[in-house]
Amino acid sequence: MDSLLQPLWLSIQLAGITTLLLLVLATPIAWWLAQTRAALKPLVQSLVALPIVLPPTVLGFYLLIVLGPAGPLGSWWVELTGNALTFSFTGLVIASCVYSLPFAVQPLVVAFESLGNHKLEAAWTLGASRTDAFFSVALPLSVRGYLGAMVLSFAHTLGEFGVVLMVGGNIPGETRVVSIAIYDQVESLNYAAAHRLSALLLGVAFVALLAMFLVNRRWRR
Amino acid sequence: MIELQYRVERPAFSLDVDLELPLRGITGVFGESGAGKTTLLRCIAGLESAQAGRLIVAGETWEDTGRGIALPVQRRNIGYVFQEPRLFDHLSVRANIEYGRKRRASGDAGDVDHVVELLGLGGLLERRPPALSGGEAQRVAIARALLCAPQLVLMDEPLASLDRARRDEILPFLERLHAEARIPIVYVSHNIDEVCRLCDHLVVMEAGRVLASGALQDVLVQLDVPVLGGSNAGSVIEGTVASYDFADELTCLEFPGGRLWVPDEVGPAGASLRLRVAASDVSLCRTPPVDSTILNILRAEVEALEPAHGAAMLVRLALGEDRIVARVTRRSVRELGLQVGDPVFAQIKSVAVRRALAD
Repeated sequence: MDSLLQPLWLSIQLAGITTLLLLVLATPIAWWLAQTRAALKPLVQSLVALPIVLPPTVLGFYLLIVLGPAGPLGSWWVELTGNALTFSFTGLVIASCVYSLPFAVQPLVVAFESLGNHKLEAAWTLGASRTDAFFSVALPLSVRGYLGAMVLSFAHTLGEFGVVLMVGGNIPGETRVVSIAIYDQVESLNYAAAHRLSALLLGVAFVALLAMFLVNRRWRR
Repeated sequence: MIELQYRVERPAFSLDVDLELPLRGITGVFGESGAGKTTLLRCIAGLESAQAGRLIVAGETWEDTGRGIALPVQRRNIGYVFQEPRLFDHLSVRANIEYGRKRRASGDAGDVDHVVELLGLGGLLERRPPALSGGEAQRVAIARALLCAPQLVLMDEPLASLDRARRDEILPFLERLHAEARIPIVYVSHNIDEVCRLCDHLVVMEAGRVLASGALQDVLVQLDVPVLGGSNAGSVIEGTVASYDFADELTCLEFPGGRLWVPDEVGPAGASLRLRVAASDVSLCRTPPVDSTILNILRAEVEALEPAHGAAMLVRLALGEDRIVARVTRRSVRELGLQVGDPVFAQIKSVAVRRALAD
């Protein structure tokens, strides 16, 4: 059973860390996208949305090159830590952040856009600086957007397969996440184990989404 | 004193104003929608970027585009009441009204209690904004703006989004605020009645330009200001309660230019009152009417005549130091041969009492 739970636990860790990083990373991007009228906006929008349409193998392939020991990010990492990024948990986190970025950015853009400038203007006239107004007004009023961003990036990272396979491979306890483990079990015709893992994943994903929609409905009054 | 000059150019709109406003009492900015009232207010607050702007408040330069000075919004010592309450839904009413006070370190706890009492918010402090009615929410917004210890409060049609009942609920609070006269207010409105009740100084705007600016009484009787014609034409006079006739239920009011009877007991003897006389309620006679049902017939002198829309003509009358406006027809003026300087009798059909003044 341990060999079954380990990939699931790894997946949850990966999805959890990725989600937290993405919230921090996606906030300034989403804020900029919601506020700007710059000509650059469609360009950034397209870049952020790319992972939705690209086949994971394509994304994984480029990430493998960038993160690989000879790649720009990978070689710098090797210099810094002595370890390669590819086929490591850290590499998987970076890859997942890229892969799930649109799922964190999009709900936040929607939240920030619907917030508008009205309440912010009110905060400024009450003596709040731009940063202060963001943290004391915009952020708390966008909780639902953050909840959506959290659940979607968590669930999307949990279900990641192609990118993990390309960048992380299949190292037990390091990069062997639950989706890979399921694939392995099926390959070796171990359907019972594949069933158990799949059912677990299905349950986790469903509960996460259900929780989000329930909380959302509650807040709508 | 507020000195301001602003020029804003937009594709379909331009604002070009040069004004000096008193830094006390309530200054009304009156005009139809699209006149640029809100843009002017947003310029003062620093929410709007102007092509050219200069703003000096009590000797302190807040903005001078020529010298590259522009204080950011949060450093201008203002309170702003928007058309909509714009409360922070994640905070309680108490936290909302303390939001600005915490950030502008001045004012003491006594102020909070006082403003809460003034605006009748006592029972609402622990509620969240979504649980408030429209009128309550706007009162909270006014309290929030007053409590950030501003040098100047800007109000952008704070009553426009409310129905009549809610409006009548808030106006008395604003009148109390005016009576206290602690903080100067610039009050934007397109409702002449609100302006007459609340303001001391009046700025009239049209299409981004200032048509008139001065003491309320003086501006209201300027006949050549188009937006003050039509149903907005009228004047304001201030008087004191002289006596009350119990049998007929009429109050006698005295003002420098004469006496007026108004229905009901409107205040104790000696109380100061502001009255609005609509131009359409005033008619003129050459000779004293002897068997008229109209109670208020005053001797006056024609001071100015100005053709208005259609068949109408506006006549400004002097009653001692006070001025009132009558709207009559051009034909009547011709047939009576009315000219500037002529003595007439003004029949005032009704008078609206528009608040008790501060003592």
